[in-house]
Amino acid sequence: MSVLFVLIGVSMLVAGGFLVGFLWAVKKGQYDDSYSPSVRILFDDQENEAQKEEKKQIEKDTTKKNHKS
Amino acid sequence: MQEESKKHICVHCGDDCGSHPVIWDEKPFCCNGCSTVYQILHENELCTYYDFESNPGIKIEAGKYKEKFAFLDDNEIAEQLYEFAEGNIRKITLYIPSIHCSSCIWLLEHLNILNQGVIKSMVNFVKKEVAITFNSDEISIRELAELLSSIHYIPEITLDKLQLKQNEEVNKSLLYKIGIAGFCFGNIMLLSLPEYVPGHEYLETHFKEFFGMMNFFLVLPVFFYSGSDYLLSAGKAIKHKFINIDVPISMGILMLFIQSSIEIFSGSGAGYMDSLTGLIFFLLIGKWYQNRTYQALSFERDYRSYFPVAVSKLENGIEISTPIEKLEKGDIILIRNQELIPADGILMKGEAQIDYSFVTGESKPVFKESGDAVFAGGKQMGSAIELTIEKDVIQSRLTQLWNQFEGEDSSNTKLNSLIDQISKYFTIVIIAIGLFAGIYWLINDSGKAVFAFTSVLIVACPCALALSAPFAMGNTMRLMGRMGIYLKSSAVVEKLNSITTIVFDKTGTITQADEVKVKFHGDALSDDDKIAVKSLTRHSTHVLSSTLYEFYKSIPPETVADYTELPSMGISGTINGRKIKLGSAKFIREGKTETSSLNTEVYLSADGKIKGHFSLSNQYRTGLSELINELAPKYDLHILSGDNDSEMENLKQIFPTTSIIRFNQSPNDKLEYINNLKKQNKCVLMIGDGLNDAGALKTSDVGISIADDIYHFSPACDAILEASKFQELKYFLKISAKSVWIVKLSFILSFLYNLFGLYFAVQGILSPIVAALLMPISSISVVAFATFTTNYIAKSKEINNKTKSNIKEAKTSVFLKKSVQLN
Repeated sequence: MSVLFVLIGVSMLVAGGFLVGFLWAVKKGQYDDSYSPSVRILFDDQENEAQKEEKKQIEKDTTKKNHKS
Repeated sequence: MQEESKKHICVHCGDDCGSHPVIWDEKPFCCNGCSTVYQILHENELCTYYDFESNPGIKIEAGKYKEKFAFLDDNEIAEQLYEFAEGNIRKITLYIPSIHCSSCIWLLEHLNILNQGVIKSMVNFVKKEVAITFNSDEISIRELAELLSSIHYIPEITLDKLQLKQNEEVNKSLLYKIGIAGFCFGNIMLLSLPEYVPGHEYLETHFKEFFGMMNFFLVLPVFFYSGSDYLLSAGKAIKHKFINIDVPISMGILMLFIQSSIEIFSGSGAGYMDSLTGLIFFLLIGKWYQNRTYQALSFERDYRSYFPVAVSKLENGIEISTPIEKLEKGDIILIRNQELIPADGILMKGEAQIDYSFVTGESKPVFKESGDAVFAGGKQMGSAIELTIEKDVIQSRLTQLWNQFEGEDSSNTKLNSLIDQISKYFTIVIIAIGLFAGIYWLINDSGKAVFAFTSVLIVACPCALALSAPFAMGNTMRLMGRMGIYLKSSAVVEKLNSITTIVFDKTGTITQADEVKVKFHGDALSDDDKIAVKSLTRHSTHVLSSTLYEFYKSIPPETVADYTELPSMGISGTINGRKIKLGSAKFIREGKTETSSLNTEVYLSADGKIKGHFSLSNQYRTGLSELINELAPKYDLHILSGDNDSEMENLKQIFPTTSIIRFNQSPNDKLEYINNLKKQNKCVLMIGDGLNDAGALKTSDVGISIADDIYHFSPACDAILEASKFQELKYFLKISAKSVWIVKLSFILSFLYNLFGLYFAVQGILSPIVAALLMPISSISVVAFATFTTNYIAKSKEINNKTKSNIKEAKTSVFLKKSVQLN
């Protein structure tokens, strides 16, 4: 029966992980705007032609820059 | 000619292009502005913009943005706007009211294609904000604002926004509290379950102890962090010698905590930790629901949000962009076309046509000459003017309206709240029952006395009571938002119900600001006359001219020779060899005296012969008389108008004889009038639109501001009503009455649960399982009852409305559903 202690300990850890996840998501502002992410996810599919390859490159560069900052 | 001009729909904004569309790339546009935006997007391969929504663009009224953002060159102002500034990287969040669809998000997030200086842009759709990170070496903040304006997303930068940092942190901490309470609640439930199943007496004692201790440690963060607000609020209330709903809640929480801790540490029982955490968890959810408001709408606007951040000051002939709080008496400032006058002053140079519609609600511009006094809040139409400032910004006539309210707190309204009134009696009764039970057991079986007393306080903890109002009111507010009225907070629902008196503003509120009824009095006009009027008015920017121009929509204009315009007099010109004059009676009759009429009249003469005059009167909102008929039996109706009494007769026909109509009311008169009504113990609902009503809206018990575009220029108020939904006001009042009634029913329901619990408590036989079951069942059933019944009531009203409203209105409501979200 003493395995129960271990199990409860493990379950608390798992649940605690979810709690930390939730708190992190709140802190990061994931609940601030529930509409635009749903639209944003569709955007990249629209990129097609060869010209846009260039722009992707630019975008990559700028995001890199952003990460650095 | 008319057959030729098929209806062209502007590719960018979806407006009718009229008979002369601007053609670019074989596509029709309604104006050069729209076609420019299309060109910019086309050149940059951003036409995917048009794939997400058809005609997503925003149309803006012609206006020049050349100098509008000049103030952003001022480092001091710019520094205040940045959220982050290091090296050449800047981050700024701009409020852009015109964000309205997925195309907007797409375009604004691809700004870096339009300008390499933009590093990253991120839209918050709910708040209508865009957060932009940019390289200040490549693009200045002013250029950024101009770039956004060039694609018709004009950022709204006002002093108000500079000073106000939202209560976001409060909202976040509430979510943290809910998360932690939910986590602890779930785990404590799990650990408490063995106590509730049959055969728990065989559970080994070290398990019991272990579970008990786990429960105790899990409850600590809930008690000290999540529930701290209730305890603190109750403490504050007692200090100020009044009782709010938090007092009985805190009594329950404290008793639960103390009783359970004693049981756990003495080993006498399992305690009520699950009830305690569940209680706080549910209460916090109620609080979260209640706190949801329309973030994109602003209810707290004061004069600062109307004024520009800075204006051009002239110093030795050189223009310097100066923040308006730095303006001093004697400064000379330059006001351009469409700019707002920030302070009272004297006109020095130029001809001013000042539109005081923000201040008075009256849209006809006033003509001023050099040396005349002009007042803050007016908007210049036409060429640039120079002013000498007479009073500081905060001392001008307009801003003083607000200063009266400074320091005044809105918290006093909380006292009247239904729930706090009830909780006063509730607390006294509960303590009395507890003491009575305690004393009874002290005499009969002293061992049970303390337990009976604490049990009463525990079981009577008004969780369901505290939840019913937030859910019923919050849900009503959400449903009303869907129908076109946006409340500042759910407490407004309750206040709407107690209204006895309704005060209407006239111009822009019961009349449509942009629609004017035109009627011609005199000889019948020939087609030539009509053409002449149309052609002549085409050249003038005066409001009356454009109204007449619009009136003869279908008539093609012709060329005018010798066109002249005399300000505040009229216009004249030669069309097809005839000399046509159009203007005031004085202008047409050349100084001859005549009977003055209060109506707005425009006289017409051809070759010196007076043809007659156009009378322009306000158009009342559709459904006004039906609305008044419905409201009249229940409420006292009043009208306050800033105009003259030319509309008296028309108003008398619509309004019942008992209603009081006042004309020539200044903003201050309106405020005083409301104050007087309040002194007579009347609960006043004020409906207005312009800044001139701002004082009245604020003093009234409920101030509703009516707006064609809910994101623009609504004075501080309790609710914003879509102009197209004006006639549905009666439904909103009815729904608020019904939802208050539902709250009362929910109270009764929760009292029944309390009685049931008290039955066990006074006998001293309250077991943890009864408490653990009763608490969530009562809370959930009350919440469900409140939500479903309010939904049902609003639904039945909505169906009523739907059948009446036309398709156009249905369309706008769909659009708004998409764009206004609770958060």
